[in-house]
Amino acid sequence: MSFLEVNNLNVEFDTADGKVRAVNNVNFSLEEGKTLAIVGESGSGKSQTVFAMMGLLAHNGTSVGSVKFDGNEILNLTGPELNLIRAEKMAMIFQDPMTSLNPYMRVSEQMAEVLTHHRGLSKSDAVKESVAMLDAVQIPEAKSRIRMYPHEFSGGMRQRVMIAMSLLCQPKLLIADEPTTALDVTVQAQIMKLLSDIQKEFGTAIILITHDLGVVAGNSDDTLVMYGGQVMEIGTTEQVYANPTHPYTQGLMSAVPRLDHDGTELTTIPGNPPNMMLLPEGCPFCPRCKFAKSECKTKVPELIFTGTSGSHYRACNVAVEELV
Amino acid sequence: MNNDTILQVDNLKVTFDISPEGAMPWTKSQSLLAVDGVSFELKAGETLGIVGESGCGKSTLARAIIRMVPAKDGKVVWLGSDLLTLDKKTMRGHRKEIQMIFQDPLASLNPRMNIGEIIAEPLKTHYPKTSKSEIKTKVKGVMERVGLLPNLVNRYPHEFSGGQCQRIGIARALILKPKLIICDEPVSALDVSIQAQVVNLLMELQEEMGLSIIFIAHDLSIVKHISTRILVLYLGNMMEMANSADIYANPRHPYTQALISAVPIPDPIIEKNKELILIEGDLPSPINPPSGCVFRTRCRMAQDICSNEKPEFKNATNDHKVACHFSS
Repeated sequence: MSFLEVNNLNVEFDTADGKVRAVNNVNFSLEEGKTLAIVGESGSGKSQTVFAMMGLLAHNGTSVGSVKFDGNEILNLTGPELNLIRAEKMAMIFQDPMTSLNPYMRVSEQMAEVLTHHRGLSKSDAVKESVAMLDAVQIPEAKSRIRMYPHEFSGGMRQRVMIAMSLLCQPKLLIADEPTTALDVTVQAQIMKLLSDIQKEFGTAIILITHDLGVVAGNSDDTLVMYGGQVMEIGTTEQVYANPTHPYTQGLMSAVPRLDHDGTELTTIPGNPPNMMLLPEGCPFCPRCKFAKSECKTKVPELIFTGTSGSHYRACNVAVEELV
Repeated sequence: MNNDTILQVDNLKVTFDISPEGAMPWTKSQSLLAVDGVSFELKAGETLGIVGESGCGKSTLARAIIRMVPAKDGKVVWLGSDLLTLDKKTMRGHRKEIQMIFQDPLASLNPRMNIGEIIAEPLKTHYPKTSKSEIKTKVKGVMERVGLLPNLVNRYPHEFSGGQCQRIGIARALILKPKLIICDEPVSALDVSIQAQVVNLLMELQEEMGLSIIFIAHDLSIVKHISTRILVLYLGNMMEMANSADIYANPRHPYTQALISAVPIPDPIIEKNKELILIEGDLPSPINPPSGCVFRTRCRMAQDICSNEKPEFKNATNDHKVACHFSS
């Protein structure tokens, strides 16, 4: 039994134009202290998957399925029940630190609030611990800077504040939703290094959501590739990169220019990311897939074992051998 | 100046006047040096990539070249005439030869014009005598060229995806048959699979029409892919310039080295064993840039000389220029 198990997770939104299925039968598990990367383009459902786990879906969203965390079912718990888990056992950092911190509150108040609320500390103790945490994420002069407002920090520093805040109660699971997308590469490298140091120190499990295949390569144990709300491929990062078995994964890998390779023409995936309102009946990737067969239009592929190595699964109607 | 050089930028400086923190209306404004003495040449058919972190002045540099922001000092010599000294009317004549593509594809299209009007607008501005039917054929032609179906001509920008909007932006830039296109982060707002489509399109068009391109981006791998030469900027200053294979194989400036090392490579085996050169801290404030070498506050090689003396931007080897006291 893994420490986090997601089974047949479905997320649906009720919109004025009808039901939109954002996440479709997603399954994965995560062990303590490990990192799972969820990769996909915009609209692939990667963020909605974790929003459902955290109980953060928009008011018109419903989730069905099962999310077992530390042996307990946590999907669709009520707010107060979830509040016992959120922050204390699992925490989240978001893409844009400016819009996820409260601009009207000093960092000290925002951080202390977490501790006074969840651990019942006094205000001064809470601030003291917050300063220690800011030190731990390498914010210089933490003691004076904790009195600042979010806008007084740079983008990288703000993301550090977010990370520090999420770690205050030492959660076992940290969900990072595109934590470095808004940052420069040099700062991205600093933040990713920080996350991996934290993981080593506290044994935190991390779900890393990103569209950057480079970030995934260096910072994850397992990789899950999503498209159109479905899992296309999942395996250890080494397996998925060395031997991508899904046409979408293969397409993604050859569409990114690599700094260590000299440029030949980039292979493109034709077409656009799917419109979730008008998903095809069969495989969501079918309209853009160069290997698509007639059955792909009607049959939703199941996630099955690739047969090559331990934990490598793919969802494709076309056999691996035919993908050349 | 070589015969095939079409653009020569010489010691270009751009400053912005800003009011200091907590300023009163009578407080004197401070000046911020956004671009500090940038010089380069661009040949016909060449792509110059400009890279650097946010706030390094790469967009300001691009805008100063076409006078979207006024330059403080320096020269921008375009086919023999200095653009910065031209009067408005003569400048307008040159604008049709230099076009620009912007970062946010949707924000750079007028939401109240249909895409036929958007693409035709430069044509109507610069060649007001063009007949309606000719405009129509030209718009149709350029739309086909960038991969948009001509029957979409009456649609509005919000009906298109990000990648398609960027194609509309490219069509608008191409319709005047420019000699130079300045691309300011053209793909950073797009999904990975769409980025490759747009990059390929730009490279095809360049080959077909003999375009020169100035390609600004913060993504070093895309810049390396598309560029002939690369210029690295930091806090408005030139750090290093060389051809793109050379700068990757043999980066000479500590900043370039760190920048390259920070770019993640999509290969878990390489990436997990990579020796990372981390740059500590953040970009210093351009209002109060460090003395001497502007990079010294974050540089792992900094010595006393770096704070006293600004390193000259000079040839290290043939065609590989670098501004560092310690570059080998």
